[in-house]
Amino acid sequence: MSSIATPPSQGGGDALPEARLDRIPLALVPALAIVALPFIGLPTWVTLTVAGLAMGMMIFMMASGLTLVFGLMDVMNFAHAAFISVGAYVATSVLLRFSGWMQEDSLLLNIGAVAPAVLAAMMVAGLLGWFFERVIIRPVYGQHLKQILITMGGLIVAEQLIIVLWGPDIIPLQKPASMRGSFQFGDVAIEKYRVFAVALGLAVFAAMFLVLNRTRIGLLIRAGVEDAEMVESLGYRIRRLFVGVFVAGAGLAGLGGAMWALYQESVSVAIGGQMMVLIFIVIIIGGMGSVGGCFVGSLLVGLLANYIGYLQPKVALGSNILLMVLILLWRPQGLYPVAKR
Amino acid sequence: MMSEVLLNLSGVHTRIGQYHILQGVDFAVPRGELTILLGRNGAGKTTTLRTIMGMWQASEGAIHFEGHDVTCWQTPTIARLGVAYVPESMGIFAGLSVQENLTLAARNGPLDESRLDWIFRFFPALKKFWFLPAGLLSGGQKQMLAISRAIVEPRKLLLIDEPTKGLAPSIINNLIEAFHDLKKTDTTILLVEQNFNAARSLGNSVAVMDSGRIVHRGCMAELAADGDLQKKLLGLSLDMHQ
Repeated sequence: MSSIATPPSQGGGDALPEARLDRIPLALVPALAIVALPFIGLPTWVTLTVAGLAMGMMIFMMASGLTLVFGLMDVMNFAHAAFISVGAYVATSVLLRFSGWMQEDSLLLNIGAVAPAVLAAMMVAGLLGWFFERVIIRPVYGQHLKQILITMGGLIVAEQLIIVLWGPDIIPLQKPASMRGSFQFGDVAIEKYRVFAVALGLAVFAAMFLVLNRTRIGLLIRAGVEDAEMVESLGYRIRRLFVGVFVAGAGLAGLGGAMWALYQESVSVAIGGQMMVLIFIVIIIGGMGSVGGCFVGSLLVGLLANYIGYLQPKVALGSNILLMVLILLWRPQGLYPVAKR
Repeated sequence: MMSEVLLNLSGVHTRIGQYHILQGVDFAVPRGELTILLGRNGAGKTTTLRTIMGMWQASEGAIHFEGHDVTCWQTPTIARLGVAYVPESMGIFAGLSVQENLTLAARNGPLDESRLDWIFRFFPALKKFWFLPAGLLSGGQKQMLAISRAIVEPRKLLLIDEPTKGLAPSIINNLIEAFHDLKKTDTTILLVEQNFNAARSLGNSVAVMDSGRIVHRGCMAELAADGDLQKKLLGLSLDMHQ
């Protein structure tokens, strides 16, 4: 950027108007945690809050790509669940090969096993995403009903292929030795893996934030989410951007799937499908196409699922649907609506 | 002497779904001139601009730009030839700041400060609201941004759709002044305009559309001077607009 990035000097002494971040949706996250505190004892509340944040971060990893795909390409991709499942299975396969390193109580060796597993999950899910975009999604751009039908079909085929490759049985998986157990602070126990998930989720959000707000590609994506046709009329080939975002979104879903499999310590073919309800809730709550909204929505859903799961387990999923209804009554376009043409 | 033709449409037909909107459009835009495209609502003016830009494909006929047959070219390729488009809806990115909107339009590198200063001379509000999301600008300011985006780098042809629509007279005057200045830079402009006073003061040549066809081509000054012709072509007389 040139020096134009600084505000142009003003002749008068008038204060420049500034863009203000809407902090109200952001404040809902601590507000929800504070409201929950009186109903739960402090040690349990801390444990549940960290668990909720960790769950929220993993949902964010899985959902962030899908919200961008919807915003940019106007595609409802139900096959996103397949990317999560494939990520989970690929990571499991790699982790099982490194089972020796996983059992060692050495953070370095554990990371040596988890890192290639996660990278492989992202790469294979990304490749699958590229194939889906070219073969399944591209012929049905702009046709929502066909998109729903064909991506549902794609999901079924992908799940059957997973069964062919990995079998129909649930595969048990252990967390790396150094990420098992909890940090103890008096009565408060915080699971180590959840701290790792929160840290990784924050890193993913920070990376996405930087790419979207500090790079030209990010500028193009944000503009394309609003008005893809206008981006094309400025001379940019939006189709290439579509492919890139679709692949990146699938890769992130693969990462989320790998993390979720480790969190659950097992992987089954339904792992992706089970998450899709929460992912759609998060995307709708956040505002379709909004990464920031998706982040806040994920945290709200993660926290609420854990608090209600502790207080009233039978209504845990219903509570998230109620949350979605309440937010849509308040803000029909979601917490951070994207200005669409 | 006739100027060199920059853009030429011959027998262009455009169909949108079951509707046959353009039914054989023929006209030429001379290089370095400002050509006004006039016509009643629904005559096909916006469709003409969108077809030139490749947003809707012509089903018949040919569009030539600088000698290239761009009839079937995609929008980004046409834009990269040096064609900028300002739609009637302005097409600004509401969630992006004024700075980001202009940065995105500057394909060839960082924003040129001297060119920005030139733009700020006509549209000082853009300088004032540099970091503000464009969605928070007023209608007139959005139009200023939309036009600034089209001229933030030198372009060979500007396609501008009804820039004065719904704007206050003082802002229209600023726009007219900006277009006069642009004309001096040898930029070719094809302007769809309903405001006949603005069109008369700006246009070198004029094409009038009706029912998807060009029904009149000629010099703007001649049309402005001929009340009967205006009534016949546009159903108006200039007196009504003074």
